[in-house]
Amino acid sequence: MAKARGLGVALAAVSGLLLGGCATTPAKEPPTRFSHDPYPSTYHAYPGVPTLLKGATVLDGAGGRIDGGDVLIADGKVQAIGRGLSAPAGAVIVDGTGKYVTPGVIDIHSHLGDYPSPAVAAHDDGNEATAPARPEVWAEHSVWPQDPGFSRALANGGVTSLQILPGSANLFGGRSVVLKNVPARTVQGMKFPGAPYGLKMACGENPKRVYGSKGQMPSTRMGNIAVTRQTWLNAQAYKRKWDNYEAKGGDMPDRDLAMDTLRGVLAGEILVQNHCYRADEMAIMIDLSHEMGYKIAAFHHAVEAYKVADLLRENGTCAAMWADWYGFKMEAYDAIRENIALVDKAGACAIVHSDDPNGIQRLYQEAGKAIAAGRRVGIPITEEHAWTWLSANPAKALGIFDKTGSLAPGKMADVVLWNGNPFSTYTRPERVWIDGALMYDANNPRMRPVSDFELGQPGEGDVK
Amino acid sequence: MTARRRISWLGVTGVVCGLAGAVVGYKASAETIAIVRGTVAIGDGSAPIPNGTVVLRDGRVIAAGAGVAVPAGARVIDATGKWVTPGIVAGFSRLGLTDVDGVDQATDISGDGPFSAALDIAPAINPNAQPMAVNRADGVTRAIVAPGVGKSIFAGQGALIDTAADGNPVTRARLFQYVELGETGAEQAGGSRAAAHVLLRNALREAAELGRGVPAAAGQERSPTAPESQPIVRNPNESRLYEARRSQDVLLTRFDAAALVSVIQGRQILMVHAERAADIRQVIALGREFPRLKLVLVGADEGWTVAPELARSGIPVIASALSDLPAAFETIAATQSNVGRMRAAGVKVAIGTINDDDTRMAFRARNYAGNLVALARLPGATGLSWGEALAMVTSSPAEVVGLGNEIGSLQPGRRGDVVIWSADPLDNMAAAETVLIDGVEQPLVTRQTRLRERYQDLTPGVLPPAYRR
Repeated sequence: MAKARGLGVALAAVSGLLLGGCATTPAKEPPTRFSHDPYPSTYHAYPGVPTLLKGATVLDGAGGRIDGGDVLIADGKVQAIGRGLSAPAGAVIVDGTGKYVTPGVIDIHSHLGDYPSPAVAAHDDGNEATAPARPEVWAEHSVWPQDPGFSRALANGGVTSLQILPGSANLFGGRSVVLKNVPARTVQGMKFPGAPYGLKMACGENPKRVYGSKGQMPSTRMGNIAVTRQTWLNAQAYKRKWDNYEAKGGDMPDRDLAMDTLRGVLAGEILVQNHCYRADEMAIMIDLSHEMGYKIAAFHHAVEAYKVADLLRENGTCAAMWADWYGFKMEAYDAIRENIALVDKAGACAIVHSDDPNGIQRLYQEAGKAIAAGRRVGIPITEEHAWTWLSANPAKALGIFDKTGSLAPGKMADVVLWNGNPFSTYTRPERVWIDGALMYDANNPRMRPVSDFELGQPGEGDVK
Repeated sequence: MTARRRISWLGVTGVVCGLAGAVVGYKASAETIAIVRGTVAIGDGSAPIPNGTVVLRDGRVIAAGAGVAVPAGARVIDATGKWVTPGIVAGFSRLGLTDVDGVDQATDISGDGPFSAALDIAPAINPNAQPMAVNRADGVTRAIVAPGVGKSIFAGQGALIDTAADGNPVTRARLFQYVELGETGAEQAGGSRAAAHVLLRNALREAAELGRGVPAAAGQERSPTAPESQPIVRNPNESRLYEARRSQDVLLTRFDAAALVSVIQGRQILMVHAERAADIRQVIALGREFPRLKLVLVGADEGWTVAPELARSGIPVIASALSDLPAAFETIAATQSNVGRMRAAGVKVAIGTINDDDTRMAFRARNYAGNLVALARLPGATGLSWGEALAMVTSSPAEVVGLGNEIGSLQPGRRGDVVIWSADPLDNMAAAETVLIDGVEQPLVTRQTRLRERYQDLTPGVLPPAYRR
């Protein structure tokens, strides 16, 4: 069908050319729509059984807490949350006494699959570092679903969804993809249904270093901004051309994959995820977004967010942060332990993120460190509020909060049962459900995924 | 002009140090200090002791435990509701060699100059590097510091340092020689493990040749006890080996060969980095081939798969606690149960931050140890008891490098490195509240705490934030 339509466009173009010398005006062709989702999700919820988690400390992920609370999941959804819920016939009942139940952890910043284990050059698929602006690349086209890191994030980290981003070598790194953390043969089998795409942008040291070292622009921060602005101007022109075509028809403009992505951002369909460390640079990127007409969903690695927390609040932009990483590069030199707590206190949207295949296994502990650092300087942070950093806030910044990120009835049953207080070093996930299907059970060695890469290798199927 | 500028720069430094804490300029405290009513953990593997006392005098531990009397005249620190432990010993780090990893000029981990084994990192340690302050403020009081390799499998000689704010960081220089024998070693040697092993044996052969003594030059008589006749020197930068006769086909510089004499004679530890089971077996074989080598294994992600052999070899191990990904083809069997399984098999194990932010984040070791305690509740995993886990980041690293009688625990006679924590230090909610090194209370102010104070309140003031300090 699409092919036939394409042929029609081609014929129209040819006839237009042939009739060019005549006085008659050719009829305008109606606009052709192209697919915005050519690699659609094939993810489906795996079968689950109705399950009632009883008598646990429930943190609902959106700031609510129920001590001695129950959560009922069935048909892939959260059915009810409260106290004294009764189990439907045939439901599995799990005693949560002394344990916690939370929504699954959502890591807004991961490179699993794009920088998989083992980290050999043949797997180095995270940065299309061949031009400073590469919005045409899509992270999902690099994702290796067999990366053993996914299972570690599930079993040790309670991570149920994650955003895979292209790297930060480029000002425009390409499109991100949001995945559900289920083992799959194909990336389409992991794609979070209905999640918007993200655009990875970067400011600061990385782009200028990568291209400056090649004797190319940008080699400075001012070069970064100049290339970024010019690229957006090109995108605006492209968008005008396509908007006009799609409204009025006529000759189809040339498709440009890079510009398609940027047009998606300007149209509000694609969310900007901006790697940016320094306070001054975040302010410049915010001005730039105003100048060009888009919104920044989140700054990632925002180690100086605490200096401009007010600005972030006013602009509705989240800050995705580490608890204690510091000093590995100049733009991380001013990192402080209270960053997450101070951003939160200012009323801005705080997120704990990993950017790391090890860190993603302990985001809940990183949130614990951030709570403790905040409390030490007199910021009262409750456990139920702190869980918003791990589920509701990343879900909002990814545009999926209507589907997951809290334990509200009707939402995806992405749930973790923790064997203790989930901010503690002494706690691990006991069971993890994704869309109501049990995907990990610490007490059952069969409920532990083994990637193809690990099959037949030393340590296969071991507790990792 | 230059002199004047330097003087004014020093003046500024003096002011900064003065603000940071009045501890500059002296080392061990002559004070008697009694820390009372805290939960005391000795660091030797034993369980914590409620309502314990720790007594320090002249910078050393005098007593620690329950029912310890407070000496008359002691300065008493009340630790009610708090935990008291030995300072954390970073089992493997690059602390003090870097201020900012990503800035070449701020990093002294490795170089590509002509020397390898002779390199001594002690003079490169910068006690004012921010990671020193940040780790000190988080209860890290000592660190085993290794150089990184440049153009050889030999990285040079590492040290034991302290993190005290006294400008004098080196506790024990030239404590060990560090060599890479896994993937990194193979790469340094030209692309294969076979090349690395020949390189290693050739180097040891050259060192052995030098170590047989220096023949007197023609026409000169020299006592065998004369300093010139002793090729083994404490500091290879003061080598007396200029007369040494060597084979014609030497591959090492004279300094590098000289540095390895102490290694081949078992007077200096040879710390070997290897991860893969096969590589670990080769290290064990090396110990049989050169029985005088004092081997320490670093890394050993696949150590659990050869744990009985390792235990029989007596080679102690410094391992990364939470390595559980097949991050490389040499770590395919990595699991968080590695440390627990090796220990259960009888291997002497300590925790270090190998390939894991070793320049800056040694403070994470205590959380890693806590995670190994968590494994004890995970079916199929092998974890540690709380006491064993604390020992992994205190006394065990000290013992691995032969300094267990000096640091790493609160047993009598050890250096007075003590931390008072707000809560259980292996849990991530705890913070170090008081840090003593050699009995001297340390400043816990860092750039991080100063930045936090400056920006804690974003309400605009009469002057910009730069005036807040």
